[in-house]
Amino acid sequence: MSGKLFYGELVHLTEEEPETMVKNFTKWIQDTEMARMLSNDPPRLWSEKKVKEWFEKDIEKPREDEVFFGIRSLESDKLIGFIALDGISWQHGDASVAIAIGDRRYWSKGYGTDAMRILQRYAFQSLGLQRLTLVVYDYNPRAQRSYEKSGFVVEGRTREAMEREGRRWDWIYMGILREEWEALNTASSSPSPP
Amino acid sequence: MIIERQLYQGELIHLAAIDYEKDPAVEAVWTDSSAYWAAHEYKPPRPLSPSRIRKRYEALEKEAENRNNSFYFTIRTHQDDRLVGFVRLNRVDWGGGSANLWILIGKSDDRDHGYGGDALRLILHYAFAEMTMHRLNAWVSESNQAAIRFLKKAGFVEEVRRRKALLLEGNRWDYVQMGLLRSEWLEQSQVKEIRA
Repeated sequence: MSGKLFYGELVHLTEEEPETMVKNFTKWIQDTEMARMLSNDPPRLWSEKKVKEWFEKDIEKPREDEVFFGIRSLESDKLIGFIALDGISWQHGDASVAIAIGDRRYWSKGYGTDAMRILQRYAFQSLGLQRLTLVVYDYNPRAQRSYEKSGFVVEGRTREAMEREGRRWDWIYMGILREEWEALNTASSSPSPP
Repeated sequence: MIIERQLYQGELIHLAAIDYEKDPAVEAVWTDSSAYWAAHEYKPPRPLSPSRIRKRYEALEKEAENRNNSFYFTIRTHQDDRLVGFVRLNRVDWGGGSANLWILIGKSDDRDHGYGGDALRLILHYAFAEMTMHRLNAWVSESNQAAIRFLKKAGFVEEVRRRKALLLEGNRWDYVQMGLLRSEWLEQSQVKEIRA
């Protein structure tokens, strides 16, 4: 065992105090490009008070089917985003992944991929899940590429699932099976071929 | 009135409200079957008493009232007004124009009599012409090939296959999402006056 359950190479996963998460979260969602990666609902500008209620509720009455982590950069110890499993089905061993690097200065630098690596290890090795599911909107090819890099494969498309800026967009379903993750993980620990 | 259509009347069956007196006992009998739990794939299988089923109806109605994101009907035969199944539209996304379709004919004896097909025709009209949905999803286990054929016959196509996402009685199955667009439904429906 590594002893570093929640550490990767660039980031670590944390549970933040509600105040800290709230301050950052309400700032991140002001970035429309960011907000539109997160949800298919029309984005809202939630108040700090409202968002704080959600995080406090999660501490008062934790849900059995959800885990939520902050993502902190190891270098600066700055909170840069969050990653979560929701809709965990203990019966079927499946869960949905949601990830967001809220601070755009940290986009496309491998932070999200590193956080995903920690989360996958946690889901398969600590929670005993059998697969992970995620949905990415087809106007977000950058995220899709990063999920592919993490071993997720496309499992289908919900056609015309939502409308934004005057046209319809698909939802792309992606998934990774425990055995696929195990195969990738063994391969990556041996030296890569030229 | 210029609009005369009756939304709840099929050829063999009609859609009706929950009957809290009679329906719980009928549904309780169905909870013994694999088919019932394959249709309730995200609930742990267990026999349910009529009282517990009554509670579930209450929860269903309460959610529909509070969140306005689900529509549910019982399916009853014209012949004897007997409960044979349920049809529901849930997780309605009003903004995106999508909803999940869920349909169950409770007893195996009642399948292949056209009740499900009849109910499906009614609910598709309801979803597309009344609720103005843009598309519908129906999630089914790949083990339920009859359901997949049934949906395909109505124009649904396979869109997503979550590999090995379901554990049903010891076997892992793909979880398949079938989808139908309003434009696809319009092409095959008789309601030519409704525009895409």
